Amino acid sequence: MLNIAGAVLGYGDRPVLRIPAFDLPDAGHVLVTGPSGCGKTTLLFALAGLVPAQAGRIAVDGTDLATLDEAARDRFRGRRVGLVFQALRLVRSLSVLDNLLLVADLTGRRRDRAAALAALERLGIADKRDARPETLSQGQAQRAAIARALLHRPALILADEPTSALDDAAAAGAAALLREVAAETGAMLVVATHDARIAPGFERVLRLDAG
Amino acid sequence: MTGVLRLALADLRFRALAAGFNVLLLALGIAIVAVLLRLGGQVERSLQRDLAGIDLVVGAKGSPLQLVLSAALHVDVPTGNILLSDAEALAANPLVRQAIPVALGDNARGFRIVGTSAAYPAHYGAALAAGRLWFAPMEAVLGSDAAAGLGLRVGDGFVGSHGLVADEAHHDEEEHGDGDHAEHVEDDEHGHHPYTVVGVLAPTGTVLDRLILTDVASVWEVHAVHDEGTQAPPREITAMLVTYRTPLAAASMPRLVNATTAMQAASPAFEVARLVKLAGFGTDAVRSVAYGLMGLAALGFFATLFGAIHDRRYDIVLLRSLGATRARVFAVVLAEGAALATAGIVAGFALSHALMAGAAAWIGASHRIAVGSALLEPAELWIAAGALALGLASALVPAMMAYRVDVARTLARGPA
Repeated sequence: MLNIAGAVLGYGDRPVLRIPAFDLPDAGHVLVTGPSGCGKTTLLFALAGLVPAQAGRIAVDGTDLATLDEAARDRFRGRRVGLVFQALRLVRSLSVLDNLLLVADLTGRRRDRAAALAALERLGIADKRDARPETLSQGQAQRAAIARALLHRPALILADEPTSALDDAAAAGAAALLREVAAETGAMLVVATHDARIAPGFERVLRLDAG
Repeated sequence: MTGVLRLALADLRFRALAAGFNVLLLALGIAIVAVLLRLGGQVERSLQRDLAGIDLVVGAKGSPLQLVLSAALHVDVPTGNILLSDAEALAANPLVRQAIPVALGDNARGFRIVGTSAAYPAHYGAALAAGRLWFAPMEAVLGSDAAAGLGLRVGDGFVGSHGLVADEAHHDEEEHGDGDHAEHVEDDEHGHHPYTVVGVLAPTGTVLDRLILTDVASVWEVHAVHDEGTQAPPREITAMLVTYRTPLAAASMPRLVNATTAMQAASPAFEVARLVKLAGFGTDAVRSVAYGLMGLAALGFFATLFGAIHDRRYDIVLLRSLGATRARVFAVVLAEGAALATAGIVAGFALSHALMAGAAAWIGASHRIAVGSALLEPAELWIAAGALALGLASALVPAMMAYRVDVARTLARGPA
């Protein structure tokens, strides 16, 4: 699923993270931890094709991202990757249901309304389908974002600090939910966090060191 | 609906107040320009129909524009009268193919009574809807609007009033049963010379529709009453509508009339062109204001979209992270500009039709000129295209800003 070899990641000419070698199987879940500024988010962005590697190779689901231009990486992300952010969750001008169908709109795929409604049902927020994002609680918005990330059945789910704004119970619930839905869809789940509360339950932990 | 358009419309709904205000500005600008275009086009076509085949209007000396307006278009008072003998001498000129006499002086509730010949309705290709043409004095044939306005049919009688427009105060008194009515009849109405309707014309779409046609001799007979007891003056008419036998006559005929007779010759084409030019100064000013409104709307679109890009930076990042290419994000913002412009165009044309319907009712009632509201001037399509181009242009810079958003760096900084 994931194959990283000799990768140097960063912004512009400034390297942030070096990963000599790292491989992950086709499914499962891994927690990426480390102190602030160690490059957790940069790694996720690189896996999503948002930040090109300065050197080395990053292959996701058999595709070497370095061989794709920016537009191709965008399309690849839309098809094969699901992203969940800590605070950046839903588009404000769209209802919850339309937020779920957004990936289909952006990638030119058929809008599967029934699947979107089923996903909302599965995550316990079916009654919020027509609600505006600003009317949701943090937990509800996070669930909606998770539902959107899963709707197109991506091979890779990337979650950046998905629980840092949640209380203990909600954080544990969100982490468990991510693992459950990843398992249901057969996706590899990579969660980057400094939130030690959610470490239990993850099959693998990748610890990044500062510098 | 495509995903791009759906997203664009959702964002505009999110900013409904600012978007709606700017759409309203654009709609007002488009409506004003469209109304001016449509009114101008209809008036121009109406003038062309009314003046078709009339090369020269000959009448009393004075304002040539007034002569054309009064004798050919029937919207102004005449410059005076001319001797019938002078007019007949001119009609006999070999360069003249047709000369139609026009004798004015009276009206029936605002509809002008025109003493003329059978050549007048024939000139406009008028057909009879009922009855026949006049054969004798005091027989009248009504244009379609005049018949409807007066509520008269073949066989009915009516009397004319002196002057060319209805006396409103007089009619108010009539309607309220004022006791001095008999005096008015004696002073203003030709009560001793009633007309008999012998025919009603089918609609022609020309000035003829709102006229009452009769023999020139009717006008002489009615007005001879006022001069009873004195020596009969020489016969007069108001004007003559001349059609040339050859276009070459245009070079010599007006000069011949103006230099060698007591009459005045006016070219309808020239005078109407002058009138349109004079009126043009006013409409140009209004049109400039309308273009200004459209420009303001475009600036408003730009301000709305430009501000929205700053406000939506993280929404754009979210779209990109979910798989939207730079081109797609660019297209979403551009579609917002196009959607704003399209809304303005639709609202503007709807408003222009409402304004035209109001103008048609008002002008039709007060000036007895037919103005429609359904026609679309070809130039309006250019206005629509221009407005769409404005909308797209106003969205171009915001779209480029959306295109250039650096997803990774913005995400690394985190939402505000």
